[in-house]
Amino acid sequence: MVTTDIYNKEYDVIIVGGGATGAGTARDCALRGLSVLLVERNDYSTGATGRNHGLMHSGARYAVTDSESASECISENMILRRIARHCVEETDGLFITLPEDDLQYQHTFVEACQRAGIRADVIDPEEARRIEPAVNPELIGAVRIPDAAIDPFRLTVANLLDARMHGAETLNYHEMEGFIMNQNRVEGVKLLNKLNGQHVEVRSRVVVNAAGIWGQRIAQMAGVNISMFPARGALLIFGHRVNNMVINRCRKPANADILVPDDTVCVIGTTSDRIPIETVDDMRVTREEVDVLLKEGIKIAPKLATTRIIRAYAGVRPLVASDDDPSGRSISRGIVCLDHAKRDGVEGFITITGGKMMTYRLMGEIVTNAVCAKLGNTAPCVTASQPLPGSEEGAPNQSDLTKRYSFGQRAAIGRHGSLASRIEKENDIDNALVCECEGVTMGEIKYAVHQLHVHNLVNLRRRTRVGMGTCQGKLCSCRAASIMGELRNDVKGAQEDLAAFLDERWKGMRPVAWGDTLREAQLTAFIYEGLCGLDKAVNMQGKEDVQ
Amino acid sequence: MAERMQICNLSENNFEQCTKCSICTTVCPVAAVTTDYPGPKQAGPDGERYRLKDPAYFDKALKLCLNCKRCEVACPSGVHIADIIQHARMKASEGHRASLRDTMLANTDLLGTVANLVAPIANATLGLKPTKLVMHSVMAIDKNRTFPAYSRQKFTTWFKRHAAKEQDSYPNHVSYFHGCYVNYNFPQLGQDLVKVMNAIGYGVHMLEKEQCCGVALIANGLYKQAKRQANVNTASIRQAAGTNHSTVLTTSSSCTFNLRDEYPAMLDIDNSDIRNNISLATRFIYNLVDEEKVKLVFKQDYKRRIAYHTACHMQRMGWQLYSIELLRMIPGLDLQVLEQECCGISGTYGFKKENYERSQAIGSILFKHIEDAQVEAVATDCETCKWQIEMSTGLPVENPISILADALDVEATRRANGI
Repeated sequence: MVTTDIYNKEYDVIIVGGGATGAGTARDCALRGLSVLLVERNDYSTGATGRNHGLMHSGARYAVTDSESASECISENMILRRIARHCVEETDGLFITLPEDDLQYQHTFVEACQRAGIRADVIDPEEARRIEPAVNPELIGAVRIPDAAIDPFRLTVANLLDARMHGAETLNYHEMEGFIMNQNRVEGVKLLNKLNGQHVEVRSRVVVNAAGIWGQRIAQMAGVNISMFPARGALLIFGHRVNNMVINRCRKPANADILVPDDTVCVIGTTSDRIPIETVDDMRVTREEVDVLLKEGIKIAPKLATTRIIRAYAGVRPLVASDDDPSGRSISRGIVCLDHAKRDGVEGFITITGGKMMTYRLMGEIVTNAVCAKLGNTAPCVTASQPLPGSEEGAPNQSDLTKRYSFGQRAAIGRHGSLASRIEKENDIDNALVCECEGVTMGEIKYAVHQLHVHNLVNLRRRTRVGMGTCQGKLCSCRAASIMGELRNDVKGAQEDLAAFLDERWKGMRPVAWGDTLREAQLTAFIYEGLCGLDKAVNMQGKEDVQ
Repeated sequence: MAERMQICNLSENNFEQCTKCSICTTVCPVAAVTTDYPGPKQAGPDGERYRLKDPAYFDKALKLCLNCKRCEVACPSGVHIADIIQHARMKASEGHRASLRDTMLANTDLLGTVANLVAPIANATLGLKPTKLVMHSVMAIDKNRTFPAYSRQKFTTWFKRHAAKEQDSYPNHVSYFHGCYVNYNFPQLGQDLVKVMNAIGYGVHMLEKEQCCGVALIANGLYKQAKRQANVNTASIRQAAGTNHSTVLTTSSSCTFNLRDEYPAMLDIDNSDIRNNISLATRFIYNLVDEEKVKLVFKQDYKRRIAYHTACHMQRMGWQLYSIELLRMIPGLDLQVLEQECCGISGTYGFKKENYERSQAIGSILFKHIEDAQVEAVATDCETCKWQIEMSTGLPVENPISILADALDVEATRRANGI
């Protein structure tokens, strides 16, 4: 799969980290004509990129406390609506005031939004109940703002695809083991190919550290110190949408105060807890977190009390210490771009961190500017105006009723925009649904496996939504594993992959395993263990967790 | 605490109890014969999640659903799958007008009223090949179908002239919801019911006002009209509840299911106070015999071999046992109970040109079973099953009440019940 050609080339820039920021940086660098390699230790968007709300902030949430972030958000929000249409659902959002909240805060909030250039219309509670019937009917105030929903997996993939179309190379499952150093100069990276255990060295003129919370470890490998403050947030996914607009609490940011409609589900979050840097890889959600999310979530939309929760997950925000504070205790709010030549005397090494998924493009622009300055490249940044693959002018829209699409085709257009045209749909087999909950066809699976860097079922899920529905892979995972096993001619590997995938699904269901979710999980276990004996066929003991 | 908060997390969206076991899809008669229909699980609970996101995800293939409710009978989680599909169709049809063909097929009582007036001409014309071809090409009503013959005299006219007067003389009383088929096409079934009920000491009374139950209106998307008629019927049944003939008998499983279960589920009409007053006549009579309140005496020389077919809506109510056990009381009747298979007609569905082939494919298993049963006739509680089986097997199909009336020694029964 990976040709040694990729390792043997010398690149202008190697980007470490395959989240939204890394992908956005790779795209920007490639569009400016640089030769680019992006490396990611797991799958793309496995870190904070894939573990957030899927909220396209208007910036309103930050307006009162952090006007700089708010302005960045609204500006990027408007850009993403143009360049990433197929990843965005323009839902708009509400900031609601409940009887227990101070209505005075609404005035402070609206003024702050206006200062930051965010449209904020105070509307009547009656009007709020009309446009969003799921909202707590006891609300005493509401403000309508341009929040939206965004799919971070699609967004990341679209950036990677565009980078590749412009000559970039991207490698997932390649973990950084160290830098190639020449005195005080970074000249490349040492990598472990986790798919085959091979150790390789790849050279470049500049290395960009876009590894999010793991950026502290990467920097340490070059002898550079960055103080990160991991802030953990847990979220709950409900089985279907109860709301069609984003709903926020109009108060100082607190636990579980945002409910986002994401594709077929809705997500309540988040909690916020500072955790030690050593624990950032532990993503288990606790009982206490589930309790607080549910208790607060019900205040936003009472229906959540009677809606099935399909899973829980957690992510880590990569907050970073301000350089101007010697104690290292104060947190820098916005985007942080560190040129380690100036800061630490290490040449050819730049870190881009802080920021948010929302501002990934701007972060990419800022760090690419820094890279270009080092390399003497003067090409301008075009990422704010050039649409991502899938969102070009005239791309089909899944809501277009004038076109006759099958259910699966409509769902695929929703996920891939104009790229859905690459999905084979000429015969019944290609149109057959593999994942019935999320409308993923055989053709879409083949497209993802061939063109979107899919090595296992978890990768496939991030590219297509296979297994993201209410059955959490009960029916589709077996079908998808069989297709992948056939395409790769590796039955044993497909069985192991299937077992690992079902295990990964169960991890997210476990904290919320009661009622229908528990029944669902029991039926899955019965089918795969009791009926198919998958646990006997595959030895899961001592198997390294791919996640 | 979270578990307690969600202890009865029964969402109004009943589809989320679906565990995707897919049993519903294995019993769906449509999915069994065509890949165009995604099956009840995908069309119902799965599709609904997408439709909540965007109504554009309505899949036109949902029109292939028969609304036979076999999925609901099979579902181990109690999901109202067919209702979800019907509601989705209802929502998608908002702002669209039903076609002339569908309106005509759905308005069984209007069509019946007109056709009764000119019954000989209507029957002759509807049976002619040129008429059928015109209907096939212009109206998209399949040329292979024959409309059930219209009667020259409506059941209600017969009842007024020949039966109404004496009904008060019986010790007990019931109401009768005759339905369109009895009134316009086959008054004999109504007459058979009156004969049987009178023999066991029950006077039969018409409702104050009866309109078509609307099952075909719902199936063809004429929801407003269906609701108007449903309100009239519900009010009449409620009015009867205050009289000495509060029990409302029916001789059609589809009318019964519609009056009892589809009114609240599909038309949002609360009939909880009178729902239990509505019963299929076979169930009512079976219970009377079972409780030893009445006796049935049968003809000595009666001898027939008949197969019983369970109509889909009958199965949904779980009432086929009443009809079967009642028929089994007839000593001379050799009753063959058929496997539960859909006949494929589903009311007006099979009349439509685009559905004809599928309809026959669905029914083919049942037709084979009937052929294998080597019977002289078939019994079923549904009139549209009757048309379909008669057309497809050539065997006569009778309602269990008609068979009962035929087998009953009326005079002996009257004496046994002290009439």
